Amino acid sequence: MTDDDRVFKALADPTRRFLLDLLFARDGRTLTELESALAATAHPMTRFGVMKHLRVLEEAGLVVTRRSGREKLHFLNPVPIRLIHDRWIDKYTERRASALTELKRELEGDHEHDDH
Amino acid sequence: MSTTTTETTQVYRVYIRAMPQAIWDAITKPEWTERYGYPSRAEWDPELRAGATYRAVATEEMRKAGLPEVAVIGEVIEADPPRKLVLTWQAQWEPVEEATRLTYEIEAGEGGVSKLTVIHELAGAPGLARMLSGELESTGAGGGWTQVLSDLKTLLETGNGLYGS
Repeated sequence: MTDDDRVFKALADPTRRFLLDLLFARDGRTLTELESALAATAHPMTRFGVMKHLRVLEEAGLVVTRRSGREKLHFLNPVPIRLIHDRWIDKYTERRASALTELKRELEGDHEHDDH
Repeated sequence: MSTTTTETTQVYRVYIRAMPQAIWDAITKPEWTERYGYPSRAEWDPELRAGATYRAVATEEMRKAGLPEVAVIGEVIEADPPRKLVLTWQAQWEPVEEATRLTYEIEAGEGGVSKLTVIHELAGAPGLARMLSGELESTGAGGGWTQVLSDLKTLLETGNGLYGS
């Protein structure tokens, strides 16, 4: 599995996206904090379940853990999403944008580039 | 909303196909720091070790945007090349906020792929924290650490930064 595959797989699950949203709202949380935040939703989960999801997120690089004293804190790492954005999303939006630029040029009567 | 230290720490990690020394050089050598991210020139005085001062010299474009000539000042707390660099880091643009603490950790991995982790402790610098989280990208403040690190990765892996420098 490539790095991108791991990121897409990790993002393909609503609970994991919710965990990322929780960390986006407040970074550096413990497993217990994340577990209790999930317990307050319509989809409570066992501690083991939360751990499993966190592990998938960590393997995808979307969550980075740091020790602080006796606690293990979870941080959202947005870099893999940025890399996917740079590599995939930009590519497609750029093409669309350049197609529009082309259309605009033709409609505005600049035929300089098709004198062939 | 309450704020604790953990809420004001940002952690970023990127895997780069490069040796730790190459990543270390890209972070510390001015000829490299000018080529990616916020492309300011890194200067260390007198050399890179604990107690040395750090300055990031603003580019012409940054100065036009109103930044002072020295955009960032800092002091090295720990330098263990090419593995770990810890420094204070204080942005000099208005309003000047408290000095932050920046840690780079570089670990060699399998297949020539190294792991770079950036830990930025931003207590006392909420404005800088917003900028570095990328929240202010639409205002022209750049994409923060995610952009800096993806640019760095691209530069080291391909020889050219994302924006072609």
